[in-house]
Amino acid sequence: MQLTVSAKGWRTVVSARLGQCAKVLAALCVVGTPAIADVLPDDRADVMYHNYSGGGITIQGPSVLVRKKVGDNLSFSGSYYEDLISSASIDVKLSASPYHETRKQEGGSVDYLHGKTIYTAGYIHSREPDYEANTSYFAVSQSMFGDLTTVTMGYRRGWDNVYRDIRVNHVIQNDPNFHQQADHRAYTLSLSQILTRNAIFNFNFEAITDQGYLQSPYRETRYADPTKPDGFTLAPQIYPNTRTSNAASGQLKYYLPYRAAVTGMYRFFTDTWGIRGDTFELDYTQPAFRHWIFDGSARFYRQNAATFYSDLFPRANYQNFEARDRELAAFHSLSLGIGVSYEFHIPSAPWINKSSVNVHFNRLFIDYNDFRNALYSLNGVPGYFAGNEPLYHLDASILQAFVSIWF
Amino acid sequence: MDIRKSCTQRMKKLLIALTLLGTLAGCAPIQPWVKPYEREHFADPIMSFGRDPISATYIDHVFESREGSRGATGGVGGGCGCN
Repeated sequence: MQLTVSAKGWRTVVSARLGQCAKVLAALCVVGTPAIADVLPDDRADVMYHNYSGGGITIQGPSVLVRKKVGDNLSFSGSYYEDLISSASIDVKLSASPYHETRKQEGGSVDYLHGKTIYTAGYIHSREPDYEANTSYFAVSQSMFGDLTTVTMGYRRGWDNVYRDIRVNHVIQNDPNFHQQADHRAYTLSLSQILTRNAIFNFNFEAITDQGYLQSPYRETRYADPTKPDGFTLAPQIYPNTRTSNAASGQLKYYLPYRAAVTGMYRFFTDTWGIRGDTFELDYTQPAFRHWIFDGSARFYRQNAATFYSDLFPRANYQNFEARDRELAAFHSLSLGIGVSYEFHIPSAPWINKSSVNVHFNRLFIDYNDFRNALYSLNGVPGYFAGNEPLYHLDASILQAFVSIWF
Repeated sequence: MDIRKSCTQRMKKLLIALTLLGTLAGCAPIQPWVKPYEREHFADPIMSFGRDPISATYIDHVFESREGSRGATGGVGGGCGCN
């Protein structure tokens, strides 16, 4: 008794995208953990509350990250992350009903320092009702040329289990006839170079290959159907089962004479699905009043559509691969962010070297170039039919509040 | 003739000297052009890429979940050589 295969339309994004969080986190860990190749990272603990709200979706929850050295050569880290998802997005409204679910993720890693080299290995596990992601990673970081240069090479392997929820007798459960898998491999190269006494440059390259079930079991395409009142009919998506992408980025950070820092970043992305993305970001950091640090950021992103994406296909089975995921559409976005941190000491806890309380807020604006708001024709708004609905626009607010201690 | 011979000998000596110099230079370690005592700015937390890893990881995840692009964010880390 399958009521709604698409009963969690936005779960597509959440499962297939948020479900990939482990890979994202692993990527960051692989590339970034060895901050200085011959010095282990600081001992610190962070506890964060995060909240994303926009487009009918609210995702919030806690996140914890703890890192501790053991002896002079070993450092361990552990992390916990949780998403409490409440979704009534445009995708859900198109073909299903709102839903709630939880995603939990745990991770652990170890760094071993030997001479000017740091070896890092870690594992991350993420699970939600219909998606399980496992990621393991390994990286080597080497400091050279008088510690002016740090080179990091990493490898990451991910393997996922994809399920599909169905409703049986008002109870949501995994479809016993649906179980897919996906395999991911990533290769990273990072180079950090001190240019002058005030400037440092970072270069990152990452190649990722995927194989297996790469789409969502819930999302659907639509094709023109004049026999329907709203002018379209929904149909299952068909993705390729392989994908290879390459991304390269450069970051330049400069120390200003009055103790402030400005950072510029550009990233180029391309993949075998025909997507090309450009990311530009400018950050500014200003300490003030002895205990305060203020941050401001502006990030612009644009991409073209995947070759097999269409908002409205001309007819059923129009081509071999068909998709209508917004993430594969052509769009551009702007994110503006501010942040404030207050550093303080706790006299009653002498074992804590430093503490800080931090609040970051981002406002995200996304304008889609070829993804239309199909709810207009679905709901029979006069004057609108499939293909002439207004383009979809998304505004979202992103809040982070966290406390950090160094010990 | 003597002048030509003299020039040839000088050129040979010069080439040998340059070759020797190049060989020795190749063996010498690269001298850091930013001395350790000139790197105090890189010890300042504001010069760290991804000053707060928990925040950098989260915000990168938010963007990556909504975009076709992925990878090479390098949000956290990078060398500093400030020790």
